[in-house]
Amino acid sequence: MADCNDTLRELEAFLDHELSGPALQAIRAHLDGCLDCLQAFDFHAELKMVIAQKCRNDEMPPSLLAKIESCFGDDYLPGPAPRSADATTD
Amino acid sequence: MADRATFASDAMQYAPQLYSAAMRMTRNGADAEDLVQETYLRAYRSFATFEEGTNLRAWLFRILTNTFINTYRAKQRRPQETDLGDLEDLYMYKRISNLNQASRSAEDQLFDVFTDDEVKAALEDLPDNFRLPVILADVQDFSYKEIAEILDIPIGTVMSRLHRGRKAMQKRLVDFARERGIIPADESELEPTSEVPIHG
Repeated sequence: MADCNDTLRELEAFLDHELSGPALQAIRAHLDGCLDCLQAFDFHAELKMVIAQKCRNDEMPPSLLAKIESCFGDDYLPGPAPRSADATTD
Repeated sequence: MADRATFASDAMQYAPQLYSAAMRMTRNGADAEDLVQETYLRAYRSFATFEEGTNLRAWLFRILTNTFINTYRAKQRRPQETDLGDLEDLYMYKRISNLNQASRSAEDQLFDVFTDDEVKAALEDLPDNFRLPVILADVQDFSYKEIAEILDIPIGTVMSRLHRGRKAMQKRLVDFARERGIIPADESELEPTSEVPIHG
């Protein structure tokens, strides 16, 4: 049975979904019975979510897509169909 | 092997993610655009080395980070390979959760405590060797194994850099909270552990 120290040592691996099998079961079993550790895990899970949401909300400039497409060769057809007469494959 | 056209259209769906990661790396829109464009150019030129059926997204992020390290990092002024001072575990939790027990009614209030700019700054101020793993893990949800392959470092190094990078980021967030008076400036340093149960 994992104690508080064992459990907190695995906090990041647990929240990163890197634990499996008995290691994961041991942490879950401890969290089921330990409110202190559960609160610490909850806090860090929430923090991780906040960081993800606030750090990937950049709006991509629409012009960038056209710049990227210009990197591709003439055989690249943007979207399901050519958008203009000159976007031909050959 | 996929033909170039198929490869290109498969790769396009990752442009917004690559752009967001590039923003956190270069810290400005113009460089981020250039970095993403250069990434697609390199990917398109070397698509023959990409094995169909393997992880296209991870492969693109590997090109992105390599391009950043080799090209853009060179012209940035901040220190690149820096060590971070050590910090006690649960540093932020011990300080912020006190406040939260009093003022938090809903789980998602941590979201409202910090502005987008503060969280971005806390991440962007990390030295590169810590910032890249944190971007890949916490913002882009890559696994340790994928991050190890993208950055070409051992998994153990990924884990230790994540651990220390996250702690430094949390320290920065605590500083922001202090600057705005959300948590007290002094007493939290004098008695950081009196309110919250310490495990052991």
